[in-house]
Amino acid sequence: MALLEVKNLTKSFGGLKAVNNVSFHVEEGEVFGLIGPNGSGKTTIFNCINNYVPMTAGDILFKGKTIKGFKTYKICHLGIGRTFQVVKPLSRMTVLGNVIASAFCRVNTIKEAQDEAYQVLEFCGLLEQQDKPAKSLPIGGRKRLEIARALATRPELLLLDETAAGLNPTELDDAIELITKIGDRGITILIVEHIMKVIMTISDRIHAINFGQTIAEGTAHEVANNPAVIKAYLGEGYAQG
Amino acid sequence: MRKNLALVVVGFIFFLFPLVIRSDYYLHLLIIALMWVVIGSSWNLLAGYTGLVSFGHAIFFGTGAYTAGLFVTKLGISAWWGMMCGGIVSMAIGVIVGSICLRLRGPYFALATLAGGEIFRLLAINWEGLTEGMVGILIMQTFKSKAPYYYIALILAILCVYVSHLLMKTKWGYYLVSIREDQDAAESLGINTTLYKNVSLLISAFFTGTAGAFYMNYMAFIDPEVVFSLHYISIMAILVAIVGGVATILGPAFGAFAMVGVQEVFRSALFGAGPKWISQAHVLVFGLLVIFVIMFLARGIVGDWSKIKRSVFRIREST
Repeated sequence: MALLEVKNLTKSFGGLKAVNNVSFHVEEGEVFGLIGPNGSGKTTIFNCINNYVPMTAGDILFKGKTIKGFKTYKICHLGIGRTFQVVKPLSRMTVLGNVIASAFCRVNTIKEAQDEAYQVLEFCGLLEQQDKPAKSLPIGGRKRLEIARALATRPELLLLDETAAGLNPTELDDAIELITKIGDRGITILIVEHIMKVIMTISDRIHAINFGQTIAEGTAHEVANNPAVIKAYLGEGYAQG
Repeated sequence: MRKNLALVVVGFIFFLFPLVIRSDYYLHLLIIALMWVVIGSSWNLLAGYTGLVSFGHAIFFGTGAYTAGLFVTKLGISAWWGMMCGGIVSMAIGVIVGSICLRLRGPYFALATLAGGEIFRLLAINWEGLTEGMVGILIMQTFKSKAPYYYIALILAILCVYVSHLLMKTKWGYYLVSIREDQDAAESLGINTTLYKNVSLLISAFFTGTAGAFYMNYMAFIDPEVVFSLHYISIMAILVAIVGGVATILGPAFGAFAMVGVQEVFRSALFGAGPKWISQAHVLVFGLLVIFVIMFLARGIVGDWSKIKRSVFRIREST
């Protein structure tokens, strides 16, 4: 049984079908990449999975059970953590406070939440910044904080939305290392990414969409050589060659 | 440790006040200030910590006051029972207000509560069968001396500040601040934002309602234009918190004493020493004070305490 199953997902904004009949499934323990050109509907799929926006049609199953229509916080409690592409730090709280707030998802006392938060911060390499206000972090740190917060909710499935966007080459390598480490802990990852270096290195399987529709699915190598994918990214002329 | 000691000493001084100061006038001012500590702190819990800026705290204050008053006029029970129930009735009203206003965010929430406050004021004026309308409610005071009222207000104020203090160190406190900082992020971190916004509103409503019921007991007279007043209650609650320091535990307490002090100095025309027209100017002074605080002490007396200390220190050094 797949950990996450997306069945015929459709999301319309008025007359625009941002996601049209997309289906895929994520197996337990894998790193599943979701790629597509700008505006192809990747983030919308994420938003539908944790019901940040309600889906128009289709169904999403987590561990075999539907989560359609569940409240966003409920979905988090079920074990799906997410990060935002446009980072949403709790600005005036400290880095530590941010992570403590999300650790309360699984524990009730401040002591337990603190312990959990310290572990997660260390894992994500943010321990030295713990007392800084979240808004003072540079973009690389904020992206890390997004991951740390999501991890503190102890997810089984982690949705990473362009965590590597806007990072410099060194930060990029660190980010890849961090994501690999998360995968090694047995957390299943569904990742949206534009940067091919990241997605090609870490994904077990990749699902490619364009204009809200599936155009390819397979291993990184298969998808990279798929004519439909090349056409979507580079244009008609390159697809033949 | 030093901080705890300071708090104990301050508490002790407050405890001794009525024994030392025999003047009813000063005791009255302290009672009113302590009542504002309660209202300011509960407003701060909702607006400062949860980010839901309310312009309608008179709803809860007035509901509490009328609950206590109606206990006497309609049920013939002591208004002190009304004080026990005032907070609870305000919470019930809070559920209704919350179910409507909490669907809105930011300025829209503020506007909805503003409208809510006016609705309650008009309701209290026009529902004469229940509230006696503009005639108001008059009851007998229980105590001749002001000292018992002082101690009740003191206990209430300490309780309210202490509850805020405890709350902010728990899961609930972290959740409230998370909601203030980013509601969408909070929701995706597993926080039931609807539930916790209501929790914050209800705690705030409870304390404000209790303060209202206390006011009924103490003043022995209320009418809709006072207890449901936008100007005297809702806006004053905001000023108390802003001047003292939004999202600080002790801010509203300092703000309450500062505002009641300023109000009294001007209302009494510099304690009778100044010309009469000054007593008309206290609203203007409030306005100027708020402008001053926002420009120079944006985080209030408590929030910017280090800044105040530094500037005072520098003045002393330079002279």
